[in-house]
Amino acid sequence: MKMGVSLLMAAAAMLGLSGAASAQQTLEQVRSRGNLNCQVGLPTPGFYALAANGTWSGMDVDMCRAVAAAIFNDPSKVQYQSVTSAVRFTSLANGESDMLSRTTTWTAVRDGQLGLEFAGVNFYDGQGFVVPRSSGITSARQLDGATVCVLTGTTTELNLADYFRANNMRFTAVTNENVNVLVETYLGGGCDAYTNDKSGLAARRSAFPTPNDHVILPETISKEPLGPVVRHGDNNWGDIVRWVLFGMIEAEEMGVSSANVTQMLQSPNPGIKRLLGTEGNVGQGMGLPADFMVRVLRHVGNYGEVYERNVGANTPIGIPRERSLNALWTNGGILYPMPFR
Amino acid sequence: MSQSSAPPTAAIRRPATTPMRLGAFVNDATVRAIFYQAVTFAAVVGLIWYLVSNTIANMATRGMSAGFDFLDVSAGFNIAFTLIPYREGDSYLRVFQVGIANTLLVAVIGIVFASALGLVVGLARLSTNWLIRTLARWYVEVLRNTPLLLQIIAWYFGVFNLLPRPRESIALGGFMWLNNRGAYFPAPVPQDGFETVLGALALAVGAAIAVSVWARRRLRETGRAFPAGLVGFALVAGVPLLVYLALGAPLGWNWPALRGFNFVGGFSVPPAFCALVVALSIYTSCFIAEIVRAGIQSVGHGQTEAARALGVKPSRTMRFIILPQAMRVIIPPLISQYLNLTKNSSLAIAIGFPDLVSVWMNTSLNQSGRAIPIVAMTMGFYCVVSLIVSFALNAYNRRILLRER
Repeated sequence: MKMGVSLLMAAAAMLGLSGAASAQQTLEQVRSRGNLNCQVGLPTPGFYALAANGTWSGMDVDMCRAVAAAIFNDPSKVQYQSVTSAVRFTSLANGESDMLSRTTTWTAVRDGQLGLEFAGVNFYDGQGFVVPRSSGITSARQLDGATVCVLTGTTTELNLADYFRANNMRFTAVTNENVNVLVETYLGGGCDAYTNDKSGLAARRSAFPTPNDHVILPETISKEPLGPVVRHGDNNWGDIVRWVLFGMIEAEEMGVSSANVTQMLQSPNPGIKRLLGTEGNVGQGMGLPADFMVRVLRHVGNYGEVYERNVGANTPIGIPRERSLNALWTNGGILYPMPFR
Repeated sequence: MSQSSAPPTAAIRRPATTPMRLGAFVNDATVRAIFYQAVTFAAVVGLIWYLVSNTIANMATRGMSAGFDFLDVSAGFNIAFTLIPYREGDSYLRVFQVGIANTLLVAVIGIVFASALGLVVGLARLSTNWLIRTLARWYVEVLRNTPLLLQIIAWYFGVFNLLPRPRESIALGGFMWLNNRGAYFPAPVPQDGFETVLGALALAVGAAIAVSVWARRRLRETGRAFPAGLVGFALVAGVPLLVYLALGAPLGWNWPALRGFNFVGGFSVPPAFCALVVALSIYTSCFIAEIVRAGIQSVGHGQTEAARALGVKPSRTMRFIILPQAMRVIIPPLISQYLNLTKNSSLAIAIGFPDLVSVWMNTSLNQSGRAIPIVAMTMGFYCVVSLIVSFALNAYNRRILLRER
């Protein structure tokens, strides 16, 4: 009988615990919690790098900081969650993270079946291979029979299989969910090539003991549009992340940066006025103040600043932006923010 | 469930002929017991129903797909090592089967090695030789007291990943090659007539069993021993060999050959497999060694002395007197160790060996996004395997239990 009663009590306790969070209130939850739970990956130079003093930086980290700045006027109000790629979507779907900003590829299955919403693209990438220079390999077509290191649970894993199947080549995969284990295996000679998004390869190579002993092969075997992701169902929250991203690109297009944002508040240009909220109120419908982009630009900067600071030509990662997909549409790239009005 | 309900006694239970009033009904221990059982049962069923429906409802609000329809979908990723045939275009269900086969392979090989190693080390712990005894003790104490995960990673990075590259492979005896991509062996290729050899093997095994049964009966009835083990071995090894040679050796070998990046052909296992099997076997062997030692020490020394007094040879004393009694102590904890090894094989994920947890609960879950069906299937598999192993060894344990006459 005692056991029966305790079982009933356990049941009651679980009933109390399992109230599901409604989908429509991420912004209120973030506000009342006082910080943004932003999921990044295991530390990767350029995108989500972890400094020795424990601070995060990088392209994707700046996305988190920009959203926090728009909400709190304080980019430091972010709780970073560093999670392996294999559990990233589960962690977002069950509410542990408010958003995910970690070089995640936008695909139909992820968008449609995993309860996710892609807010936009902050980096256009493609998958490539890195091989030791001493191997003498100059093209991915020479990799028939090779052993390839690949992160498990990623689109790269699927693209890799597709590429070898399409070209009628064979390969052996060495998989792991931990990128550090893979890189260690590759450097130890456990695989002939390491494959990932090319930005990721460049970032990783910059941290190799001797980066120049490794070459990134010219082939790009897939499209990898990377961007921030939110849970499906809270459209307003998705809008916030999307328009913070568009706003940063729009700001670059209009020449507004962290350096001149204060002067630009006086600008007579109607486009800049709308962006900075001195005319109209874009933020209102999303539950943000009219000047949310001023906050973002002041604390984080525009897209160009974020790019150059983290992965640009003058950083160790050194991914040139000119004439790449990630240039503005006005400069021959495909970064095209939707109209900010 | 309702264990505290008192057994019905004559004082409480009323004769059936007495008309029952409500108070008496409530005070009836049997009725109360049934009532509490029913309430508990309803609560458990209700709880499960609530949890399941709550999960389904929440997944629906979040736009996540549930259900098992994804099992037919093509998985599309490569698996580095598969015991059963698998191609990228195969379904998720096939991936599940591949994972199960790989996990069982690791578990079976690990259990065989761990048992053999454990037995040797356990006997060494009891050796009269100081050096052997001390070495065995250090082996157990050091390896048992460091985390298994660290040992697996150490074997992977510290040993198998540091082997030479394919071009400088280590050749072992001319039929096995080791390099940092794995271990390579020639693979047998059965040709016409090999089924006959297998048939002969089956017949020989049957004959050997019959001989051993007959020898045991003869020993019991007449007291005369018959070398059944030796004869059985001769049958099992000799008969198929003769048939094999008579048919003109109908078995080809597919030899691995260095071509391009690596060895091609033959049979190979990746470094992660070697690291996993070695680490699991060695780690578990420490526990088995202690179990063997404890089992042998649990048999009173008087038994040995009595055997010696009767003039029984030391080897026979161990085989017929000590070990049968020690087995009763050894088997129950040994079951736990076998189950532990099987479940510990899921640590393969750390070094990327494609066992069930790695290909199914990690890769497939992440590629398909069906967390709940996938986790449920994985848990179901481990549960079923553990129960089967446990059932089999418990049955064996019951057979060797002390039978009092």
